[in-house]
Amino acid sequence: MADEVTARVIAVIAKSQRIGPETFTRESTFVDLNIDSLDGLQLVFALEEEFGVDIPDEAAKQFKSVGEVVQGLEMVLAKKAAGS
Amino acid sequence: MRRVVVTGVGVVSALGLDREEFWCGLREGRSGIGPIEAVDCSALKFNLGAVVRGFHPLARLTEKEAGQMDRSTQFAVVAAMQAVEDAGVPVGGERTAVVTGCSVGGKCTEDETYRQLYQEQRTRFEPLTIPRAMTNAGASCISMRFGITGPCYTVSTACASASHAMGQAFWMVRSGLVDSAVTGGHEAPFTLAMLRGWESMRVVSPEPCRPFSKDRRGLTLGEGAAMFVLESLEAAGARGAHVYAEMRGFGMSADAGHITMPSADGAARAMRAAMRDGGLAADEIGYVNAHGTGTAANDMTETLAIREVFRRPPPVSSTKSMHGHALGAAGALEGAATVLALDRGILPPTVNFGVPDEECELDVIPNVARAVQVEAALSNSFAFGGLNAVLAFGRVGDL
Repeated sequence: MADEVTARVIAVIAKSQRIGPETFTRESTFVDLNIDSLDGLQLVFALEEEFGVDIPDEAAKQFKSVGEVVQGLEMVLAKKAAGS
Repeated sequence: MRRVVVTGVGVVSALGLDREEFWCGLREGRSGIGPIEAVDCSALKFNLGAVVRGFHPLARLTEKEAGQMDRSTQFAVVAAMQAVEDAGVPVGGERTAVVTGCSVGGKCTEDETYRQLYQEQRTRFEPLTIPRAMTNAGASCISMRFGITGPCYTVSTACASASHAMGQAFWMVRSGLVDSAVTGGHEAPFTLAMLRGWESMRVVSPEPCRPFSKDRRGLTLGEGAAMFVLESLEAAGARGAHVYAEMRGFGMSADAGHITMPSADGAARAMRAAMRDGGLAADEIGYVNAHGTGTAANDMTETLAIREVFRRPPPVSSTKSMHGHALGAAGALEGAATVLALDRGILPPTVNFGVPDEECELDVIPNVARAVQVEAALSNSFAFGGLNAVLAFGRVGDL
């Protein structure tokens, strides 16, 4: 599941930042990708649409790298799968 | 250049429906924040707002007049009526100006029209939709009510609208272009679409806002209006009017940076410009009414700016903790709080204050008002879009 989530997150970021998905990795930070606070907000919105989940504000605020987004999403998805 | 004074103050707010109720709320540190009932918030992440309660437009307006106005404009006109009655000066004609601040316009009217259009698929609509929804409706209705035929317009700079408007009116009276002005701001943003928009920005607090607290979680939206009568010190003195405060200076700046992230440099430049315009030194300022929205970014950046401008920062409070963030009316409500603080010798507090934040190292007058007579004060307004407006007021005392 991890690889699939990572790939989808990278695709969403690539689309929302208008950059090639091959130009960054799970290790890339928001600073590397020029993702500012407003870009981050739009990214969270795009991720919610892509994965059909609600990302809580507190979790969204923690996102500072691609890896953290993937981790955060996995937790949200796991909660959703557990039906809570 | 003429000295300009405030001789009339009118307020419609979540803290009360006139100047004295508003002031009592500020002095007592009462919060006007409560559930938003006009909108079904059950699907939203928040349901709190600083709502104007018990406002009956027909108490002051005829049915025909009220029917031509959005809620926002009704607030504006009623507050202007209070201010003009309070000043006791005959305003009107070409020698009076009206400058209003309003950010979002007649949203209640617009929202209802869109609901009828998209939800009910109606094909015929309220014919006054356009004049009710236009952002300048407040200025127009005030000019019509008092027969004011001089310069009349509306400034729309998001959360700095009212401060930009009041600064322009101040400059017109100071320069002698007009003899008096009715100025201030008004807003009524509680519609489902507006609330959804704010929710998606993730800056609205699920609990009453707590500006400058470490545990702050965002802003609380508000509604209302405050209007002022400005005239020359000479005219006010000649007729023995009560002078609330002198309007000393007005400063503006733009961040030219980011559409929503504020800049400490832009804020600091606006504060300095207001003091320079009023011939005030930093150590003469005894109080700053902060923009103080309660968002992580604003409060930290505003602290940096204040600490940059003042070597020893004066007491600072965010009265938004009581009357909410009323967007285009914010600078007017906070201007009223500042003017009354100078008039009454009491500094209003920042309520809901919990844990001090090392990134907001200021004396924020936590929770309890303070009896201090200051000689001059600033009122800060910093808008989305990086547009900053700061007003400087001073005490006049007995004429």
